[in-house]
Amino acid sequence: MTVTICRCEDITEEEIVEAIEDGYTELESLKRHLRLAMGQCQGKTCIPLTERILARKLGKGPDDMDEPTARPPSRQVSFGVLAGDEDDR
Amino acid sequence: MTDKAGAVIIGGGVNGLGTAYHLAKKGYTDVVILEKSYICSGASGRNGGGIRQQWSSSENIKLAMESTKMFEELSDELEEDLEFIQGGYLVLAFTDDELEQFKENVALQRKMGLDTEYVSPEEAKEMVPQLNISKVKAATFNQSDGTVYPFPVVHGYARVLRETGVEIREHTEVLDIETSGDEIASVRTSDGKIKTDTVVNAAGGWSSDIADMVGVELPNKPYRHEIMVTEPFARFLEPMIISFHHGIYFSQSKHGNIVGGIGNPDEKEGINQRSSLWFMRTMAKTLVDFIPQFRSVNMLRQWAGLYDTTPDAQPIIGPVPEVRRFYQLNGFSGHGFMVSPVVDKVTAELILGETPSMDIDRLSVERFEGMDLEQEYSVVG
Ligand SMILES: Cc1cc2nc3c(=O)[nH]c(=O)nc-3n(C[C@H](O)[C@H](O)[C@H](O)COP(=O)(O)OP(=O)(O)OC[C@H]3O[C@@H](n4cnc5c(N)ncnc54)[C@H](O)[C@@H]3O)c2cc1C
Ligand code: FES
Repeated sequence: MTVTICRCEDITEEEIVEAIEDGYTELESLKRHLRLAMGQCQGKTCIPLTERILARKLGKGPDDMDEPTARPPSRQVSFGVLAGDEDDR
Repeated sequence: MTDKAGAVIIGGGVNGLGTAYHLAKKGYTDVVILEKSYICSGASGRNGGGIRQQWSSSENIKLAMESTKMFEELSDELEEDLEFIQGGYLVLAFTDDELEQFKENVALQRKMGLDTEYVSPEEAKEMVPQLNISKVKAATFNQSDGTVYPFPVVHGYARVLRETGVEIREHTEVLDIETSGDEIASVRTSDGKIKTDTVVNAAGGWSSDIADMVGVELPNKPYRHEIMVTEPFARFLEPMIISFHHGIYFSQSKHGNIVGGIGNPDEKEGINQRSSLWFMRTMAKTLVDFIPQFRSVNMLRQWAGLYDTTPDAQPIIGPVPEVRRFYQLNGFSGHGFMVSPVVDKVTAELILGETPSMDIDRLSVERFEGMDLEQEYSVVG
């Protein structure tokens, strides 16, 4: 059975496990290698799931894992709003 | 873990790994790469992937032309989809001064064998119908410029290196380089010492700190540069668009996202990789001005990285007079990804004592001592 972990970028558990075995053993490098957590939801769903996979594979507790750097904006904003010529509704 | 190596490379970015890759291609694998964080954590994992040959100085043109040829082969060589697209760079002029400079640039580029064209605003609009050309005076275009997706390049090098047994040590920081006379003796790290007589300084924004460890002074200074990406949508934008006047560049990736940045003229020197509100606002305003339809597009995220900036915006490559076998591979300013293939190859050749396949004498650190510098004007971001 294939389990999709990152729905926005269509990345499966199998691909994540394979990347960890290839040496991408932290969230930041997994993100860059697989485009994981770079989709529309910016990792809201897939980051916690991936942390669990990492913890399992590396034999660490979730509290030992590094937090990924938050990249603003935390929700999607259009350029029109950012440019200040449209209302942020 | 080895405590001895033929060569130690400091920095797990495109240039450190690229040099190790070229050494491995020549059968030399007695190399250790030291990275204080993770691979691609520096500028190599934070850049716009732009590959441009349209420069104003002959050195940058030469490096970028040769490297572009090498990028054309690299996807096959690494068996990796590097998303290399040669959609061209459309460089827009907004002032009379820029017009004059562009004429000189095109003349020099054509003389060096690059077929850059001078383009009218109307022709630019034909290439990108959504472009607002009301203030555009002219443009230049080169079709073989383009973009690459940085991660598979760097990760591709790393994969080949791991397969050939080259040690890449992440989370290992170089703390000091010990010398005896004018020779390197060892590199002291956060995780033990490595004996070696050869060190490559590919530490990006931290290159001056590394050189400092052996008493070598580099003129390089780190500056923050910010960048952002939008949600993906159907590809409509073929070329990368840039303007030196605005300091802006943006392109659409193969994936469909707009990737772009804009430089802050008031940015202060220093190690700072935080995101700013100034950038978010200025980028949005300028993008909407260039392409009004962008108004409804959503920004997905923004981040920042360091330019390792030299006084003439050209890299520092090769040995230094004070310490033997201490090779510089830094000072790339805003364009160390696009020139990496050839400078990494040349650095590998220097380490092995071979005659470099490209003459890089003018990129030596010694150029800053009283020499007339050939200034590079065409810097963005
Ligand atoms: C926002 C932005 C946009 C850019 N856009 C482009 C572009 O479109 N095209 C282009 O060609 N270039 C671009 N650049 C420039 C390009 O990214 C860099 O020139 C290039 O990636 C430099 O690669 P590098 O391997 O030399 O250095 P880096 O990738 O910076 O790697 C240096 C590494 O050294 C490590 N390090 C530092 N000190 C130590 C130490 N003491 N011990 C161990 N490791 C250490 C760092 O952690 C880092 O990973 C851009 C840069 C930025 C910031
Ligand atoms: S599920 Fe991974 S980015 Fe949305």
